Amino acid sequence: MKEYKTISEVSGPLVYVDIDEPVAYDEMVEIETPDGEVKRGQVLESSDEFVAIQVFEGTEGIGQDASVRFLGETLKMPVTEDLLGRVLDGSGQPIDGGPDIVPEERRDIVGEAINPHAREYPEEFIQTGVSAIDGMNTLVRGQKLPIFSASGLPHSDLALQIARQASVPEEEASEEGGSEFAVVFGAMGITAEEANEFMEDFERTGALERSVVFMNLADDPAVERTVTPRMALTTAEYLAFEKDYHVLVILTDMTNYCEALREIGAAREEVPGRRGYPGYMYTDLAQLYERAGRIEGREGSVTQIPILTMPGDDDTHPIPDLTGYITEGQIMMDRDLNSQGVTPPVNVLPSLSRLMDDGIGEGLTREDHGDVSDQLYAAYAEGEDLRDLVNIVGREALSDRDNLYLDFADRFEAEFVDQGFDTNRSVEETLDLGWELLSLFPKEELNRVDEELIEQYYVEDEAEAEEAAAAD
Amino acid sequence: MSQAEEITDSGVIESVSGPVVTATDLDAQMNDVVYVGDEGLMGEVIEIEGEVTTIQVYEETSGISPGGPVDNTGEPLTVDLGPGMLDSIYDGVQRPLDVLQGEMGAFLDRGVDAPGIDLEKEWSFEPVVEEGDHVEAGDVLGTVDETVSIEHKVLVPPRSDGGEVTEVNAGEYTVDEPVAVLDSGEEIAMRQEWPVRRARPSKDKHTPRTPLVTGQRIQDGLFPLAKGGTAAIPGPFGSGKTVTQQQLAKWSDADIVVYIGCGERGNEMTEVIEDFPELEDPQTGNPLMARTCLIANTSNMPVAARESCIYTGITIAEYYRDMGYDVALMADSTSRWAEAMREISSRLEEMPGEEGYPAYLAARLAQFYERAGLYTTLNDDEGSVSVVGAVSPPGGDFSEPVTQNTLRIVKTFWALDADLAERRHFPAINWNESYSLYKDQLDDWWRENVSEDFPEVRQWAVDVLDEETELQEIVQLVGKDALPDDQQLTLEVARYLREAWLQQNALHDVDTNCEPAKTYKMLTAIKTFNDAAFDALEAGVPVDEIQNVDAAPRLNRMGVQEDWDEYIEELKDDLTAQLRDLY
Ligand SMILES: Nc1ncnc2c1ncn2[C@@H]1O[C@H](COP(=O)(O)OP(=O)(O)O)[C@@H](O)[C@H]1O
Ligand SMILES: [Mg+2]
Repeated sequence: MKEYKTISEVSGPLVYVDIDEPVAYDEMVEIETPDGEVKRGQVLESSDEFVAIQVFEGTEGIGQDASVRFLGETLKMPVTEDLLGRVLDGSGQPIDGGPDIVPEERRDIVGEAINPHAREYPEEFIQTGVSAIDGMNTLVRGQKLPIFSASGLPHSDLALQIARQASVPEEEASEEGGSEFAVVFGAMGITAEEANEFMEDFERTGALERSVVFMNLADDPAVERTVTPRMALTTAEYLAFEKDYHVLVILTDMTNYCEALREIGAAREEVPGRRGYPGYMYTDLAQLYERAGRIEGREGSVTQIPILTMPGDDDTHPIPDLTGYITEGQIMMDRDLNSQGVTPPVNVLPSLSRLMDDGIGEGLTREDHGDVSDQLYAAYAEGEDLRDLVNIVGREALSDRDNLYLDFADRFEAEFVDQGFDTNRSVEETLDLGWELLSLFPKEELNRVDEELIEQYYVEDEAEAEEAAAAD
Repeated sequence: MSQAEEITDSGVIESVSGPVVTATDLDAQMNDVVYVGDEGLMGEVIEIEGEVTTIQVYEETSGISPGGPVDNTGEPLTVDLGPGMLDSIYDGVQRPLDVLQGEMGAFLDRGVDAPGIDLEKEWSFEPVVEEGDHVEAGDVLGTVDETVSIEHKVLVPPRSDGGEVTEVNAGEYTVDEPVAVLDSGEEIAMRQEWPVRRARPSKDKHTPRTPLVTGQRIQDGLFPLAKGGTAAIPGPFGSGKTVTQQQLAKWSDADIVVYIGCGERGNEMTEVIEDFPELEDPQTGNPLMARTCLIANTSNMPVAARESCIYTGITIAEYYRDMGYDVALMADSTSRWAEAMREISSRLEEMPGEEGYPAYLAARLAQFYERAGLYTTLNDDEGSVSVVGAVSPPGGDFSEPVTQNTLRIVKTFWALDADLAERRHFPAINWNESYSLYKDQLDDWWRENVSEDFPEVRQWAVDVLDEETELQEIVQLVGKDALPDDQQLTLEVARYLREAWLQQNALHDVDTNCEPAKTYKMLTAIKTFNDAAFDALEAGVPVDEIQNVDAAPRLNRMGVQEDWDEYIEELKDDLTAQLRDLY
């Protein structure tokens, strides 16, 4: 292995080295400082005279006297089922004091794209026990459904609630019980406090045994964050497609990941895209998010719940924007709902699950699911609109019909959405609750629901009670 | 993709940076296809400057090093054209994804070539010319049954000099075996090649006068697209670009559909692959896949192939046009294509234009949409390519360069609206912002094929919706009850137009596709309500009572009726009678 002492430039996270033998694009590099510290990096650009290297652990201590070794391979990681129950740092080194990892296989962390022809369309309903999700933004196995949050909102609590409560009702009812469930958790630049919140919950519920944890904390090197999600996803793919696990991958916080990308781009003096983020960020993020899914003929699945905090609560910011263009929907957390004490503070209107339609309905959840969801959306949107108007003209100036919608919107938030982080509702309970609220309206208003379903599920006395109350 | 026959020259890799590789010592011309490194990754020459040739590589370049070989084929990027393209799914350089799966499993490996059409399969060829006939470029030599729906016409290649047919026989042929021989000695096989970046030749381009019927009420009814026309669907994520395009792929009355997934989700392509074989083509009753060719370069596949997939798609579309078919091409999303151009351009360190896009963005978009049209083909038949492009503006802001440059070219604009999507008003096409410049030239078709008064009824609906928009501004300030009765009634009629007519549920078995006669008849039902309601109002009936007639909410159920004709007739009678009974 050739060793160079020819560093020509160190700039931010980048090191430039003159070379005289070809080095491959993406090849792994070790840089040893004079005091014996070894840092790892990767070739970002390779020409016949020099290479640009991005250093994962930060460039402090690297000078022209450091020596550079090219390892002759791209970044690989050991994978084995024994990773379950382990805690690793952001570049895959164990930090839990456990034994060394004995690999069954070493895999390139930049996964290859799944051939769309080999995919199986995800349509198995996952019950999260959260009404705003199950009822109106249903999650299915193999989906990538991010949480769009903002600083100070309880996105971690929601992610943990999902991880704790997620179940596939059909499978639980059947004898075999299906494949096993595992969690891969990838932390990027979160605080130690947030990390503890996750770890404590994993330990308390016993989830840690079936989890693999990758931790890059706020004070860990930023460039390492570009590696952490790839490690997490490589592990997830291995467990899902070789070992038949149903893997739930939680990645938090994707905003920190994107900041690291921006930092590298800036150091390379690339032409920046929107708001300074690299022009290739869409492609880069897609290479992470698209690693969710199901594959024909394989038992397991990779389901992703990435979490991101929207800078300035702005959902048009490039990070949520590009994410939303790639993922299969989004769960939107809302600051107003949060300050009203609604938990989880999910605003269903801008939320979406694109894979919902094929995962719900007769034989999957319940025949009325799609219609109930549509009607709840339409009614809540109308109620929300009227709130603005009420502020101007007052309730008295509104028609009876409008007042019904306002009542509905209030009760929808208080009863349907605000369930607390510890309540686990079955999808039937969620839908029944939906009907209870929809039955505030006279039947003719429910124009999104099939007439037969109205006959079957409409709660008659709800309307009568309402009428009686109005008559008083 | 067509298979390179030979290597004309070899050079050496000088540098690698993402999808861009430079080489020295390579004798090449612009757009030549080359193979890079020991793995033989496919690429295309995009710049030549002195000694240095720059190449965009269609596969991941991880592990490629300077010093490795670059082999030039001396040929531009071409597609294989011939029977077998329908019912197929290709990547951005026309490699069949099912073949790739067979060779490398579920994940896409590198360095594997595969011909665009099956070279072994035998097709049953029926000649339509005889020995002694004179043929020219573009003429039909014979046919093969490509799928249950489509008769594939074997054409004399566009660059042929033509001549007298000296040999032509019915029989079983592979795509490379000659089906005809001309007196010039030219042997013509079913397989042809064509460079993707060049439009296939045709005779004249005409003004389209027939709608591409989409089966979607708001599109057919208010903002129609013509066969041979162009349309753009811009909208933020989640507003319905993909569903709208898929609806068109399913229900439009094109003969052939080319559907390009350009830089979008893998599962969306999987959905099409799984659903289309099960769905019935409303024209023929055959499986939809039998008229469909899919091209998938998903967001995680190499970015350079995202740039080429648009050209691969439009070239295939033109080829079927040359057979006299009406082809509809959907590209989801053209923004990803533009971004791929931007990414490559920035690696070349070209001078960036607006928002970092290359200065040639507008020209490339225009060239692409220009390949749409209603044409007289070389053989004096008529064929068309309609192009529908989704646009994904960052932050949903339509003022960005891709949307703006697209709107300068296309004639139909379906503006998707996040606000409508949030309230689950689908399709979330904003009726105030959208337009179609084909509307007037298609009126005759509607008069002849649907109803003499269609344009007038449509105009009535447009007027009501316009009035609603104005009234809503007042309502926002004072509440609805403060409006005079006639305006309140107008709002009620507009609500039925929106909820019963403009909304259409793509997920509902019946509502998903609405034939023009139904689109028209539903509209007349709402107009019947309108007319009878205003009569009642004039006779002194309070607006509350009018709004509460029993029959009115049944308007909302028209879309889901299979026996719509009967249902609407009855509904109209009931509406008229019930409103008349009020006074
Ligand atoms: N015509 C429609 N009918 C019913 N639902 C629709 C329709 N159009 C869009 N949707 C809903 O909106 C979601 C997002 O639509 P999609 O086409 O994927 O958006 P985009 O491509 O603009 O991101 C879909 O998953 C579906 O639930
Ligand atoms: Mg889409």
